[in-house]
Amino acid sequence: MINLVRKQNPMPEQAPDVRNKNFLEVAEGYTEEMAINEAMRCLNCRKKPCVSGCPVNIKIPDFIAKVAEGDFEAAYNIISEDSSLPAVCGRVCPQENQCQGQCVHGKKGEPVAIGRLERFVADWHAANFGDAEIQPVESNGHKVAIIGAGPAGLACAGDLVNKGYEVTVYEALHKSGGVLVYGIPQFRLPKEIVAAEVAKLEAKGVKFVTDAVVGRAITVDELMKEEGFESVFIGTGAGLPSFMNIPGENYIGVCSANEYLTRINLMKAYLPEYDTPIQHADRIAIVGGGNVAMDAARCAKRMGASEVYVIYRRSLEELPARAEEVHHAMEEGVEFKVLNNPVQILGDENGNVRAIECIKMELGEPDASGRRRPIPVEGSNFEIPVDMVIMSIGTKLNTLILDTTDKLEANAKGGIGTDAAAATNREGIFAGGDAVTGAATVIKAMGAGKTAAKGIDDYLSNK
Amino acid sequence: MKRFEVTYKRRLNDNMVWLKIYAPLVARKARPGQFIILRTDEYGERIPLTMAGHNEEDGTIDLIYAAVGRTTMLMDQLEVGDCFADIVGPLGKATEMDGLKKVCVVGGGTGNALAYPLATGMHDHGIEVDMIEGFRTKDLVILEDEFREGVDNLYVVTDDGTYGEKMFTTAKLEQLIQEGNKYDEIVAVGPPIMMKFVCEIAAKYDIPSVASLTAYMIDGTGMCGGCRCKIGGEDKFVCVDGPEFDGALVDWDDLIKRSNYYKDQEAEDRAHVCRLTGGVRYND
Repeated sequence: MINLVRKQNPMPEQAPDVRNKNFLEVAEGYTEEMAINEAMRCLNCRKKPCVSGCPVNIKIPDFIAKVAEGDFEAAYNIISEDSSLPAVCGRVCPQENQCQGQCVHGKKGEPVAIGRLERFVADWHAANFGDAEIQPVESNGHKVAIIGAGPAGLACAGDLVNKGYEVTVYEALHKSGGVLVYGIPQFRLPKEIVAAEVAKLEAKGVKFVTDAVVGRAITVDELMKEEGFESVFIGTGAGLPSFMNIPGENYIGVCSANEYLTRINLMKAYLPEYDTPIQHADRIAIVGGGNVAMDAARCAKRMGASEVYVIYRRSLEELPARAEEVHHAMEEGVEFKVLNNPVQILGDENGNVRAIECIKMELGEPDASGRRRPIPVEGSNFEIPVDMVIMSIGTKLNTLILDTTDKLEANAKGGIGTDAAAATNREGIFAGGDAVTGAATVIKAMGAGKTAAKGIDDYLSNK
Repeated sequence: MKRFEVTYKRRLNDNMVWLKIYAPLVARKARPGQFIILRTDEYGERIPLTMAGHNEEDGTIDLIYAAVGRTTMLMDQLEVGDCFADIVGPLGKATEMDGLKKVCVVGGGTGNALAYPLATGMHDHGIEVDMIEGFRTKDLVILEDEFREGVDNLYVVTDDGTYGEKMFTTAKLEQLIQEGNKYDEIVAVGPPIMMKFVCEIAAKYDIPSVASLTAYMIDGTGMCGGCRCKIGGEDKFVCVDGPEFDGALVDWDDLIKRSNYYKDQEAEDRAHVCRLTGGVRYND
């Protein structure tokens, strides 16, 4: 039976003026009835454009057909064939540019809510079978080390342990999950979900070594020569936050989005029982327009700021953040000051931020990225009074692994160089995710981790 | 031995303590000048501390700290056999020693604890080391015997003259230079304001200087950017580019300003530790 309604089943959500004061999850998830109703919108069309839009090619129409039948566990098993972290991806993937962006429904109405269905299936499985005992996978005798317990590393670990590899994951922070725990806020991705995924991998036999900075405490070469790892996957993420290099960036009250989000998400600065210091500013400007900027802005609201501005140099159409995040941020009272570019940050006599000076921008011809180039409007400078500025304008690659691994080569962007199978120039060493591409998305990192797992399996099987 | 277990604790004076902690992965690679990041327990913040030493055989690292902030006050509650939640390291770059024949290391207050592995490490490396230990007053003097054994010449000075010579470290340094000591490098470890003046004296006599900086940081691998400072007009991260920098290039006023980032909140936190819990963490 097909549901011919052109609109998606709306996602139940906390009301904006309630949720912008708490850290509980914003989207509350479909009920079984909503999920079945939404699943029945899928036409199961022949070309399956959604599958090619998914970086890990989940068999989307197949799992949705099972949801429509009410066989949610079967749907979960279909997703699990291709994705290691469905509860995560259902929440944080930019579906509008991926699977849903390709859906034929999108031409005349709204695409099938694939992300919401994926999340529903993963949550249903966790609620009903989450406690099922997981048996350790029998070892095939080969040891693989994974550096970084973020989405790339977790996906790689999941595929390898399923094939019988003895996997050890090294993580620099005190908790596993990478950007899923330090970056993405609780209200968008509850940390319990990440912890459950990590626990699942542990139950299968993956070892996690936290507090271990590879490149400092132990090098990639030592892992291979002294610790007996036959292959290594490097999934260390994007690294160093960029600043604008404008005057005033070192005033008290200026920080990177990475720092602000890590204090709140990993270090739980929003809970009174944690010691983590954080600045409780009243008026906060976030510079940048990506998902990280949206996360910072929405956290700022929840930390009690009365005015939160997103300052972005292009227009609303060019905002790189997921449409849903922008929509949620607006609903929660974040003010978008688009077509503005900061030129300097102003401080008071004690070195505290008092304002950010911007220049107005207009859009010119498209640039190399295909987006219209922002051009400053001479003489249009103005000040916005703020007491905190959060820089969210991207990251530079961290060179620690390249610097400390013998003869490992970089790619043109400065990331770790890899071929299509995620192999580096060094035999047995693979890499993927932001450490290779620069800042991208969770699902792309996951896809790279899975590609590398296949590459490692091929390499060790043929060795 | 448990991970991050305290194996030794010695009180050096009223508020300074020497700890040895079992952290074999760190001890294996640690070099003078490098630091670790620690967390006392699940509720603790992450703070960086330069290591005061390490022992590869025992798998231990040494930390010397003054109980002045919330975390160091909580550290004071840990006894031999207790464990830290986390110790990450070694982080940062090690002290560069190659090519040096004679150096003067200048330590101020608690900075002397961090100067200790550096000065003795340089001495062990075959460098002639003059050490100036500076303190406000006699009760705060630490590690005198250890330094006397580990360096070539030790000079202790106090601001109030209650112990050693009555002078500032900067005056002692200038005196040693004027007496004809030829230093290849001056190393400053201590409060930023002292390091600033030590580096200025070095510059005055055309001697290269190195300052060991401390800053707020979370991860210690370059991810948060909280520890950024201006070096020669460029933004550098203390955690990955430092912690030691060319003293002549450090923008001291910027560094001193940024070191006050969480000052008010810290004062409040300190009061909470003392008044509400008597220094012991509330756990439910």
